[in-house]
Amino acid sequence: MSQSAVVSRRAGKNYLNVETSVKSWLLTRDHKRIGLMFLVLNVGALFVGGVFALLLRFEHLSPGPTIMDAITYNRMFTLHGVVMVWLFMIPAIPSAFGNFLVPLMIGAEDVAFPRLNLASVYLYVAGALIALWGMFHGGADTGWTFYTPYSSMTPTKVVPILIGVFIIGFSTIVTGINFIVTIHTLRAKGLTWMRMPLFVWAIYGTSIIQVLATPVLGLVLLLIALEHSLGLGIFDAARGGDPVLFQHLFWFYSHPAVYIMVLPAMGVVSEVIACFARKNPFGYKAIAYSSLGIAFVGFFTWGHHMFVSGQSTFDAGAFAVLSMLVGVFTAIKVFNWVATLYKGSIQFRTPFAYICGFLYFIVFGGMTGVAVATVSLDVHWHDTYFVVAHFHFIMVGATLMAFLAALHYWFPKMFGKMYNEGWGLVSAVLIILGFNATFIPQFWLGNFGMPRRYYNYPERFQWLHVASTAGSTLLFFGFMIILIYLFIALRFGRRAEWNPWGSRGFEWRTATPPPTHNFDQAPVFTHGPHEYHEPHEVDLA
Amino acid sequence: MNEFLRRLLFLPEQASSVAPGIDHLHYFVIITTMLMSAVVGWTALGFFIRFRRRSEIETTPRIEPGWKFETLAVGLPLIFFLAWFWMGFHAYIRLATPPPNSMEVYVMAKQWMWKFSYPGGPNAISTLHVPARRPVKLLMTSRDVIHSFFVPSFRIKQDVLPGRYTQTWFEAVEPGRYQILCAEFCGTDHSNMRGEVVAMRPEDFDTWLNEQRRGLTNRQDMAASAQEPVPPLTDMVEQGRRLAVAFACVKCHTIDGSPHIGPTWLDLYHRQERLANGDTVEVDEGYITESMMDPRAKVVAGFNPVMPTFQGRLDGPDTAAIVEYIKSLRSERINPTPSGGPAYEPIRGR
Amino acid sequence: MPDTHVHRAHHFQDLGKQVHAERLGMWLFLGTEVLLFAGLFVGYSFYRTLYPHAFAEASHHLDTPFGTLETFDLITSSLAMALGIHFTRTGRRRLSVAAVALTILMGLAFLGMHSVEYRHEYLEGMLPGQYYHFAELPLAGASLFFTMYFLMTGLHSLHVIAGVGVLTYLCVRTYRGAYSPAYQTPLELGGLYWHLVDMIWIFLYPLLYLI
Repeated sequence: MSQSAVVSRRAGKNYLNVETSVKSWLLTRDHKRIGLMFLVLNVGALFVGGVFALLLRFEHLSPGPTIMDAITYNRMFTLHGVVMVWLFMIPAIPSAFGNFLVPLMIGAEDVAFPRLNLASVYLYVAGALIALWGMFHGGADTGWTFYTPYSSMTPTKVVPILIGVFIIGFSTIVTGINFIVTIHTLRAKGLTWMRMPLFVWAIYGTSIIQVLATPVLGLVLLLIALEHSLGLGIFDAARGGDPVLFQHLFWFYSHPAVYIMVLPAMGVVSEVIACFARKNPFGYKAIAYSSLGIAFVGFFTWGHHMFVSGQSTFDAGAFAVLSMLVGVFTAIKVFNWVATLYKGSIQFRTPFAYICGFLYFIVFGGMTGVAVATVSLDVHWHDTYFVVAHFHFIMVGATLMAFLAALHYWFPKMFGKMYNEGWGLVSAVLIILGFNATFIPQFWLGNFGMPRRYYNYPERFQWLHVASTAGSTLLFFGFMIILIYLFIALRFGRRAEWNPWGSRGFEWRTATPPPTHNFDQAPVFTHGPHEYHEPHEVDLA
Repeated sequence: MNEFLRRLLFLPEQASSVAPGIDHLHYFVIITTMLMSAVVGWTALGFFIRFRRRSEIETTPRIEPGWKFETLAVGLPLIFFLAWFWMGFHAYIRLATPPPNSMEVYVMAKQWMWKFSYPGGPNAISTLHVPARRPVKLLMTSRDVIHSFFVPSFRIKQDVLPGRYTQTWFEAVEPGRYQILCAEFCGTDHSNMRGEVVAMRPEDFDTWLNEQRRGLTNRQDMAASAQEPVPPLTDMVEQGRRLAVAFACVKCHTIDGSPHIGPTWLDLYHRQERLANGDTVEVDEGYITESMMDPRAKVVAGFNPVMPTFQGRLDGPDTAAIVEYIKSLRSERINPTPSGGPAYEPIRGR
Repeated sequence: MPDTHVHRAHHFQDLGKQVHAERLGMWLFLGTEVLLFAGLFVGYSFYRTLYPHAFAEASHHLDTPFGTLETFDLITSSLAMALGIHFTRTGRRRLSVAAVALTILMGLAFLGMHSVEYRHEYLEGMLPGQYYHFAELPLAGASLFFTMYFLMTGLHSLHVIAGVGVLTYLCVRTYRGAYSPAYQTPLELGGLYWHLVDMIWIFLYPLLYLI
């Protein structure tokens, strides 16, 4: 990138303080403000889902009733799932960090459709409010997967939650369309595809999945809502319907959905590793193409959620082998990330600590994923805590670690302040330890035979549950500490330098925090990001 | 070694014939996982230390992977993953294919209990008596929502669906008591929907079964009309007979071989029927059930398609009872084949 | 006073790029609509293989002549829409307004005809699921056919209503001179949406009425 694109520091004026009225925020078209609003909303959702989780764990301290009754428990695990999946995991990295960073990383002034971007915030809020309304009136007790016939006949308030998620689905689709068009049409001069930051590649792959998979979710939620309220019988055996058809349609979306969650996280990892190892990403092409590979192959693996559902043996085999293939792409990334460290210059800071956690969790979680894809083994593990532990390793262990890494890495860029590094490392350690203490006992529980969604459980499972609950308290403390020191940093933190990490990622070229229009003049790119093999005048570290 | 690993991994006892094989694959996969995580972890750790930032070095070498690295990165995991797929899929086929001489038991799941019915034998709630060291095949259906029949000690699990039969099988290696758990969320009392498999020594089981049947010698009179509800009896065949009268099946289907509006039920089971479209079909449980639910699907040649559908009018257990009744109608002239369930080919080479 | 201001958003380098981006965005959105209906087509195919007789017989009880009329109506309305865009591109604003208005009218006619069909089915008892009481066809699977019929045509009609709304807005804007030979992309995008709605019907019609 040429030196003339360096932005002059006009005193004080950045996207945060250029206009401070409430209206200027509510009607903003600035992708950075929109990203920030999503960040706040998502963290709020994380908190709500997390509180549900903690209450569930406390209920499991004893085999029988502990702090709530069966109906409340069933509702709570449903809402934990709904809030965490749709209100946090799916939007978190793309809508918060993607929105903030993608235009900066490609040298654009904004995304392709800024008004649509604002609409995506309001769609999210509307959907969340409707779902919350349903929750306050009891909420559903079907599990976040809404399996029928139970979801068609439960007396609980399924329909508001279905509608809320349906509307949030639109937010996802809009975001996905926006990113695809932005990346295709708004790349600045000189930024070829093979010079794009790997985070942008990850967002691109994610957006393809969002656009193709989410409509099917919309349809299936609509069908269940109609089935529940009108008794249409489309999945009702007594009227000739097939309840397993629902499962096919549901998982056709929900399996790619997990790649919507994890791909952006992988993009974050590529950026943070390259920066803190001060090294070009090893195997850039492999990492970029494997993002597309995951997006593509991920669409063909949904039946591995249905090995014991009554589908044919042939189907089971087909889905099993495809699921194995999709695991190879993750393996490629892990090898390339570790190889990036070779002959690097590694600086251990909080974002990097989370990436270490990520690497461990994605290998462990990913390989247990390959394990549950092994059909004969999954017969025992399906619908037990082994599966619960597997997907929490990926969703919390990997994706949430990446989210925290992103939060800490780009905190100075977004807010212009620095947080306390000591507390950052302490909470990273607490979270990694707490996570292990919470979820490793759950692998054992699953092996032992403890099924999911069980309010009462046989006594022999108790001590493993107690261990898991103890770990979850540690995890919770870790998160609380983060909230506290980040708030303090926002309010009292010292002013961040232009480029505190000495990163050669493109988003660090512009001011910290960036001005509303990102660049004074359109940048021109001459090479890819994270090129550390030559001394560079414009490091501004 | 097997025992050590089993305990380390918190796996339950290996109480079925397939459990040890499944667990051995489990050990292979998990140990490889641990090893790989350790290798990756230690390598990363080594790099952290070896390549830590010693000063404000501005530059690092620009390294791109060669094709050897990428081939290894793709090839090595792929070999392991495909090997596990292969082994797992073969074991799964074995899990999904009951041996030909399996004893059949009908399972009916409903919120929130399990009911077991032996053809020609007693009913039971929550407790499934089986002979150890003999294969047992379960034919399962649900009255309401989806449930799942899970016996951790056997390593088996199968979803139980409304409107359909699903099957699973097991062979208990030792007499004992093994817990049954419902493994698909089915409502408020899902976690209390438990049961027990009681595996007995084969001779004890035979004694038990005969004792149970001797207690069923009382037969009530046939129901007088279709309006009278058919009380549940413990003998499926008798229950099926009463249902066939109550639902007027016998108005069109004779049981003595004489031709009438529909094909006669005498010797119907395992008969080779010629259909109106020229195909031939062997009459099994699936065909009989399909004929009740969708009678126009496979009409026998020479008969008019006038049979109404019983979908929504007959539930799973009643349908099964009628099927059992039809199966019992065998004339002495024809050699009865042993009851083997829906026609299938066992996998060669075990 | 016609409004002839051509709007180029500041974050696009030139108008050509902006138009390209708008078209790409619209095609992606159309892709999502196709996937939305795809689930219903999958369900239909699955149930059709399960109940071939019931579906075939039930389809004979739909009003095929009416359906054919609706098909002609929609296809012709797509032609009108394409003409509307063409007229704006060649600077004939009044003709353009007329063509788009004709499209809207034909869209409304489609909805009217379909309502008549629905009413007929309601009176005969050919309704989805638990409401099915069409005595002539007591086959298993018949009620499922009508469930699929109402779901697919209902969702389609909702999209027709949305399309009529969008086209009305575009018609007014065209009348006010917002579009010109230099820039008429919103009209083009509205046309694309209308063509998609038409195309979905072209698939629904044979599956539901003809086979």
